[in-house]
Amino acid sequence: MSTKDNGVAITEPVKDPGLPEHLPRPTDVDPAQARRSERQISAMFGIATVLLLAFCVAYFAIDRSETFLGFSASNFTLGATLGGALLLMGVGIIQWAKKLMGDHEIIEMRHAVASSDEDRAAVLEDLNTGINESGFGRRPMIRNSLLGAMGFLALPAVVMLRDLGPLPHDEDKTVWKKGMRVVNDVSGTPIKPSDLEVGSLVNAEPAIMYETDADGQPVLEGTALLQAKSKAAVIMVRMRPEDITPSKGRENWGIDGILCYSKICTHVGCPISLYEQQTHHVLCPCHQSTFDLADNGKVIFGPAHRPLPQLPLAVDSEGYIVAVSDFPEIVAPSYPRLAHDQKKLDEKS
Amino acid sequence: MTDTEYTNIEDTGLGKKAGGPVEWLDDRLGLAGMAKKNLRKVFPEHWSFMLGEVALWSFVVLLLTGVFLTFWFQPSMNETVYNGPYNPLHGLTMSQAYASTLDISFSVRGGLLIRQIHHWAAMLFVAAMMLHMLRVFFTGAYRKPREINWLIGVGLLSMGLVEGFAGYSLPDDLLSGTGLRFVDGLLRSIPLVGSYLESFMFGGEYPGDVIIPRLYMAHILLVPALLLGLIGAHMLLLVYHKHTQWPGPGRTEKNVVGYPMLPVYAAKAGGFFFVVFGFTALMGAILQVNPIWAYGPYNPSEVTAGSQPDWYMGFSEGAIRLMPNWESTIFGFTWSWNIFIPGVGAMGLLFTALGAWPFIESWITGDKREHHLLERPRNAPVRTALGVAGMTAFAVLWIGGGNDIIATKFHLNIYTITKTLRIGLFVFPVIAFMVTKRICVGLQRQDANSILHGYETGVIERTPSGAFSERHAPLPAEIQYTITTHDRLPMLEAPAEADKNGVAAPHSRAAKLRARARKFYYHGAVDKPTVEDVHHAEEHLGEIAGHPVELGDDFQGVSETGVPRVH
Amino acid sequence: MGLVVAGGLYAAFAPRPATAEEASSQQIEAGRQLFLIGCASCHGKNAEGILTKRDNNYGPTLVGVGAAAVDFQVGTGRMPLAQAGPQAPRKDPEYTATETSQLAAYIASLAPGPAIPDSEYTDYSKTTVEQLREGGEFFRTNCTACHNSVGAGGALPGGRYAPSLVGVSAKHIYEAMVTGPQQMPVFADTTITPEDKKNVIAYIKKVQSQPEYGGMAGGGLGPVSEGLFTWLIGIGAMVGFAVWIGAHGARVKKR
Repeated sequence: MSTKDNGVAITEPVKDPGLPEHLPRPTDVDPAQARRSERQISAMFGIATVLLLAFCVAYFAIDRSETFLGFSASNFTLGATLGGALLLMGVGIIQWAKKLMGDHEIIEMRHAVASSDEDRAAVLEDLNTGINESGFGRRPMIRNSLLGAMGFLALPAVVMLRDLGPLPHDEDKTVWKKGMRVVNDVSGTPIKPSDLEVGSLVNAEPAIMYETDADGQPVLEGTALLQAKSKAAVIMVRMRPEDITPSKGRENWGIDGILCYSKICTHVGCPISLYEQQTHHVLCPCHQSTFDLADNGKVIFGPAHRPLPQLPLAVDSEGYIVAVSDFPEIVAPSYPRLAHDQKKLDEKS
Repeated sequence: MTDTEYTNIEDTGLGKKAGGPVEWLDDRLGLAGMAKKNLRKVFPEHWSFMLGEVALWSFVVLLLTGVFLTFWFQPSMNETVYNGPYNPLHGLTMSQAYASTLDISFSVRGGLLIRQIHHWAAMLFVAAMMLHMLRVFFTGAYRKPREINWLIGVGLLSMGLVEGFAGYSLPDDLLSGTGLRFVDGLLRSIPLVGSYLESFMFGGEYPGDVIIPRLYMAHILLVPALLLGLIGAHMLLLVYHKHTQWPGPGRTEKNVVGYPMLPVYAAKAGGFFFVVFGFTALMGAILQVNPIWAYGPYNPSEVTAGSQPDWYMGFSEGAIRLMPNWESTIFGFTWSWNIFIPGVGAMGLLFTALGAWPFIESWITGDKREHHLLERPRNAPVRTALGVAGMTAFAVLWIGGGNDIIATKFHLNIYTITKTLRIGLFVFPVIAFMVTKRICVGLQRQDANSILHGYETGVIERTPSGAFSERHAPLPAEIQYTITTHDRLPMLEAPAEADKNGVAAPHSRAAKLRARARKFYYHGAVDKPTVEDVHHAEEHLGEIAGHPVELGDDFQGVSETGVPRVH
Repeated sequence: MGLVVAGGLYAAFAPRPATAEEASSQQIEAGRQLFLIGCASCHGKNAEGILTKRDNNYGPTLVGVGAAAVDFQVGTGRMPLAQAGPQAPRKDPEYTATETSQLAAYIASLAPGPAIPDSEYTDYSKTTVEQLREGGEFFRTNCTACHNSVGAGGALPGGRYAPSLVGVSAKHIYEAMVTGPQQMPVFADTTITPEDKKNVIAYIKKVQSQPEYGGMAGGGLGPVSEGLFTWLIGIGAMVGFAVWIGAHGARVKKR
C-alpha cells in the first residue's frame, strides 16, 4: 500500500460522493412564507427606527439623577433603546440573508498560493537588471557607506528616548527623618503611645505630609506628595510586648509593644494594611504576601522576598511618637541596584 | 421566481443617476478590475468561522466608542478638585484624568453608557480573539500556507493585551493605580536595567506625572494603529488564501464551497456587526463594569481588597501570585525572579509557544503541503491534547489570579488554594494531556469502527438457531466520506545512523530528536481504514445472516417494538 | 434551643427595656445568669477566660472588653459560637435585644471597656457633603484593604475573611471599630475620633444604598465578576448568534 502524496486518490477508502443536492427553503417554494418573512424583517427595521427615536427622546427627557430598578434610568434607557435598535437591525439583516437571499452554495477553485516558476524567473531577472543598473554590486563603497548611514539612523531615535525621564537616583531615602512625628493618615494628627491599645492599627504617614511652609503652602503636594507617600506610608500597631521577638539590635525600636512598619509591600509595592491583630500577620491584598509583624516583618507566605522594613520609634518631648531615623532598609519593590544601595545604608549606620 | 421581476441595476433610477459618477471613479481607480474578483468571493459557512468576526466587530465598536470618550477625557495627572454631581467624592483633590472620567460617568449624558460599552467591548475583543485562536489551533488552520497569518494573529493578541491594559490604567482610579504600581514593580524587576526602564517610563520616581499622558498616546494612537495595520494584513491574507473549509462531500483541497460575498456573506457579516454592537450596548445598559467612582482616586497608600486586573491579564496575575519568593544577589545586583519569571516569563512563554508552534509541528510531521481542509481535532490527538494542556495551565493561572475572591466566595483557605495551584500548574496539564489524547484516540477508533462495521441500528435479529444479534447498517456515504478525508498516518522509521558506506549521517542528533518527536506525535493514533479493509467490511456487512442490509436513506432507528422508523 | 427558652424566661422577668448607660444591679444580675448558662462554658464562670492545654485561648477573657464588644458579638449572632472554625460567622442573633443588653451590662460591670456608642455617633442621616468625603477618605485608608471598596468583604490568611459590611447596622460597625473583634484591629476613638467613625459609617451606607448607576454590579467584586460576565454572557451570546447565523435552516424535501 502506497502512502505517497500522489497516491492519495487511490488509497482513499471512501469515494467523494460530490456536493449534496441543493434543497430549497420553505420561503423558496411558498410565496406566503416568503411574504411573511418579508413582513417580519421590515417590522424589525421599523421597530429599530422607533427605538432610535426613543433614544433621542430619552436623551433629553430623562434626568441624570433619576433611577429605574436601582440603575441610572438614563443609562438604562439609552442603552436599551440603542442596543435594542442595533440588535434588531442586525438580526433583520441576517434573517433577510437566511430566508430570502439566494442560498445556492457556489464553488470557487483554489489556485496554488506560490507564484509560478515563470513568474519567479521573471522577477529574478528584473531584480538582477535593477541591481546591475544601480551598480549596487559593483560599487561596494557606495553600498556599504549607505548601509552604514542607514544603521546609524537608528541612533537618533534611541538617543532621543534618553529624556523620557531622569536617570534613576539612589533609592535609599524616604522623607522620614530623625524626630519626625508619626501622624494619622487623612487627619494628620500626631499620636501618643497611650492612644494605641493592644490590637490597634493606625495607618500613618510622616508629619511632613501635613506641614506647611512660611507662606502657608503645603511642603509636599501634587506629584511630590504622591511620590513621597508611595515610599513613606507606614502602619503602626500595638501588640503585647511579650509577643514580640525582636531581632538583634531592634530591641528598642518599639514603644511598649508599639511597632511601625513600612506600608509598601516589598514585592511590587501595594500598600498593605490587612492586619490580623491576633496572629500579628499582615497580608498584601494584591498577591497575598504575608509578613509577621511580631517577628521583624519576616515573610511567611507569598511571593515577597524581603521582610517589611521597620521604622524605629521613640517619643518626643511632648510625648508624641516620632521616628528615630529613616528606614534602615530599602522600602518598596526590589530593583537591580538594591543590594548595592542596602550595603551603603548598612555602612552608614 | 424573482428572475422575472428583476431589473438590472444599471436600468433602475438610482443606477441611471449613479452611472456617471461610477464611471468617473472607474476611469481613475479601475474599480471594476478589483470588484470583479471579490464581489462574488466565496466564504464557507460554519459558526466557528465567525468567532474572529466577533473580535473584528468588537474592535470597530471600540474605535467608535473610543472616539466619543476622547472628547471628554483629559489624560492629565495634574490635580483638580472635583465638584461634580457624585456626592461622596465632592470636594476631593484628584487627578484630572480621574475627574474627567467621573464627568463622563455622571455629567455627560450617555457618557456612562459609552464608557461601559467601551469596556465590555474591550473584554469581548480579547475573549473573541482567544476563542478564534483556539478554533484555528484545534482545526490545524494555521498550517501551510497560513503560518504568517497565524503569526499576525499572535501579534494581534499580544497588542490587544497591551491596549487593554493601557485603557485599564487611564482613569487613574484606585484600581488602575494599583495596576500601575504593579507595572512599576515589574519594570524594576527586569535584571540590570530595571531602574532605568522605570525612571524613563514614569518620567522619574513612581508615580510621576507623565505615565497617564504617555499611556493615553499609546492607547489611542500607537497601539490602535498597529492593531489596525495588523487587522488589515490579517484580512488581506484571509482573502488571498481563501478561507479554509471543513471536509465534506464535494469539498476538497482544490476548491472552496460556500456563499458568495455579495449578497449573503456581506449581509450576514454586516448584520453581525450590528448584533455585536447591539449586544455590547445592552450589556452597557444593564451590567455595570468598572465603577470607578466606587474605587476612589488613586492614592499610593490606599488599596482595595479584590484588586485584580481585567480578565485577560488574570493569567499573568495568577503567575505572580503562585510564584515562590525567589530573589538573589549575583555580582552585586539584585535579581527579582519572583516578579521577573512570572511577570515577563509567563507572558513571553505563552507568546513564544504560540508563535513557534506551527513551525515546530511542521518540523515534526515533515508536512510541507498546502492545507485548506480543516483537520478534526480528534485526528491530531497530540496537537489537541497539547492545546487542552495549555488551556489547563492557563486556567490554573487564571484561577490563581482570583484566589482571594474564590477563597471568600467558597470559604476556602487562600494559602491552600495557592499551594494546590502551585502543584496543579505542573500536574493538571499532564493529566489533561493524557485524558484528551485518550478521548481523541477513542473517537478515532469509533470512526474507524463505524466505517468498518456500520452503525448500530437497534434492530435485533434472531437467527434460526436462536442467537440474537444487532443489525448494523452502513453510514450514509456523505458521512463515510467526511470522516475518512484526513491524512493517513506516516510510516515511522528510525533515521539512518550511517549511510551504507558506514559514514555517520550528518545532523544525526537533530534527526534523532525529530524521530523521537515524530514518535511522540503519532503514538497511539488510529489510522483510517484502508481500501481493502472497506472492501472486506462491505462484504461482511452485506452477509449478515444471509440477507443484505438495506435500510434506506430515511431509516431513523427503530421504535420500541423494533419496527424500523421511517418518515 | 434551651438558651432561647431560658432567655425568653428571663426576658419575661425583665419587662422594662434598659440601656447600657443606666445599667441597674437588677440588669447586671440578669446578665450574669444568662452568662452562666450560655457563655461560661467557654469564657469561664467569671468571664476570666479558659485556656486550652496548649495555652491557647479556648474562650478569651471578657474582663475589660466592654459592653460594645458584647453588643457586637451577641447582637450580630457571632456569639454564641455554633461550631469551631477559622472565624465566627455572622448569623441570626440567639438573644433578644433585652438579653443582649443584660449580658452587656454584666460584662461592663466587671471592668471598664468600650461602651455601646451613643446614638449621636451612629445617626448618619444628617451627614454633610464634607463629612461624607472625609468619611470616604478614612474608609479607603483604613478599611478597604480588607473589606473592599464597597464593603463587599475580602480574604484573609488561613480561611479567615473580612466580612461583608452589607446590611450591618451603624451601631455594629462602630462597635467593631472600637473593639476589634476577632482578627480585626482596634481603631480606637483616640486615633479615629467618634466623629470620624460616624463619617466612615455614613460613607459605607451611602455607597451601599446609592443606585448601581451602570446596572447589575456583580456583588461589587470587581474585575473577577466582570470577567465571568464577559465569558458567560458576552461570549455565550456571541457564540449563540454565530451558531444561529451558521445554521443551515429548514429545508423542503423534494418528493
